[in-house]
Amino acid sequence: MLQFTQELIIGLSIGATYALLALGYTMVYGVLRLINFAHGEVYMVGAVSGFHFINLALRWHAPLALALTIAFVGSAIVCAILGFCIEFFAYRPLRGSPRLVILITAIGVSLLLQNVVNLNFIYGPTPRTFPAEVQKGLNTSIGIGGVYISRLIIIRFALSLSLMAVLTWIILRTRTGLALRAVSHRFDTAMLMGVNTNRVISVTFILGSVLASVAGVMDGLRYTITPLMGVTYGLKAFVAAVLGGIGSIPGALIGGLLIGITEEFARFYLPTQYTQYADAVAFVILIFILLLKPTGIMGSTAVEKV
Amino acid sequence: MTRIGSDTSSPAVSAAAPALLSVRDLDVRYGAICALQGVSLNINPGEIVTLIGSNGAGKTTLLRTISGLLKPANGEITLLPTSPSPHPPTALSKLRPHEIVRLGISHVPEGRQIFPNLTVSENLLLGAYQRRDDLSADIARCHTLFPILKERQSQKAGTLSGGEQQMLAIARALMSRPRLLLLDEPSLGLAPLIVRKIFDIIREINAEGTTIFLVEQNAHLALKIAHRAYVLQTGRILMTDSAQALLANPEVQKAYLGG
Repeated sequence: MLQFTQELIIGLSIGATYALLALGYTMVYGVLRLINFAHGEVYMVGAVSGFHFINLALRWHAPLALALTIAFVGSAIVCAILGFCIEFFAYRPLRGSPRLVILITAIGVSLLLQNVVNLNFIYGPTPRTFPAEVQKGLNTSIGIGGVYISRLIIIRFALSLSLMAVLTWIILRTRTGLALRAVSHRFDTAMLMGVNTNRVISVTFILGSVLASVAGVMDGLRYTITPLMGVTYGLKAFVAAVLGGIGSIPGALIGGLLIGITEEFARFYLPTQYTQYADAVAFVILIFILLLKPTGIMGSTAVEKV
Repeated sequence: MTRIGSDTSSPAVSAAAPALLSVRDLDVRYGAICALQGVSLNINPGEIVTLIGSNGAGKTTLLRTISGLLKPANGEITLLPTSPSPHPPTALSKLRPHEIVRLGISHVPEGRQIFPNLTVSENLLLGAYQRRDDLSADIARCHTLFPILKERQSQKAGTLSGGEQQMLAIARALMSRPRLLLLDEPSLGLAPLIVRKIFDIIREINAEGTTIFLVEQNAHLALKIAHRAYVLQTGRILMTDSAQALLANPEVQKAYLGG
């Protein structure tokens, strides 16, 4: 039972980062009806810039907590700018084009970013990890009633939940959030209300990219960082968004957490020789959602507007 | 029957006080299809002007072009600026919809298009999206015009009946304090009693000083409350006259009034 609780908590913390990324997919889909396949690469750029910022901070002998803060904030700024630019330069000129064109553009942006980061003076193809002193500081475990959880897991969980709370507040309680909801319900009518839809779309990309950057830095703290790390991870977060019901914000939270928990349980309970298949669990889930309930858990069955 | 479509130089028009909204030789195309051809019309401050015509004549297209949702292929739409004389009329066709709302045009779209998942109050707030000042007086005014909206303010707009949704759509449009209110088929799909109520309120809004451009298939009702009217047929203005004269016009009676 203790083991189960421990795995559940780890699963929730992994799921919380999936949820952060899934929110980006779902918000962009909400306003533009576009699957932003470059979103996984924003997450990767988040991890890479977090890596650079933390090394820079440590070189200046910043204390660990400060260095981490610099990594999170710096990478959030880089990703916010990146997200804005992706929309402004790649998607905005194609507004109103057939969806296939935009989808192919998204894949193109994704390949472009992978290859730019692959350049040696930016990051290079070699997998690297955050400095050992950072990892050591975060991997110390804390025991509560026999359940051992590393500090990193706690930070991941706490940070993800507070960001989601902030996002929910923005969407439900601010003027921009109201405009965002309006645009995702009825694009043209939102324009007639005086909403500057281009601005709302930019804000959506910036918010989604900031969430992705945080997920990226948090995963950089745990795994190795490579220019291709966003591919599988991004796809899994996309599955989380579809599972929750694409376009639905609570759906992205639920979908992310469910994918995280199932994956962690699969990793732990599958016989050792099958553990490597844990990554596939998300995609098996995707097949079943598409067969059984394509609109996802929280998705509406409303007829899609044209 | 006289075709007056491109007759913009008519002295009767230019001699009058400057029009609030003026449409000149407007062409709008959907790909190769011409939805509007050489449409010209004027709306003077304080008037209720109606545009009647059958399904597919281009009525909604005209409203969507005025609001900036569609871009004209040719022609110009100008709006009288708020501060008079020295400023020339503002050209609208290069502006984006939210900029046109800021200039004082509010559009109640066909089929109401309320935001069903937002509450009645949130719908009203969206109508005032361009404004940053105090809205309580405007909300109070909407609640006076449509008491039902006050009762339902925290309900999701999707739960309202058709008539209530139309009232919400009109109230929402008033929240931006428009100088010109564009109404697209407010009677669509509503029971006759509700339609009459809504038309009474349209007249009331006009009496309080808002100029109204009303697009209707229900020509009889529209002509009864309007000062002037235009008849649109397959993308061209067929005729224009005072609403009373058109009500009595045998051609109009035959084609649009079922008589």
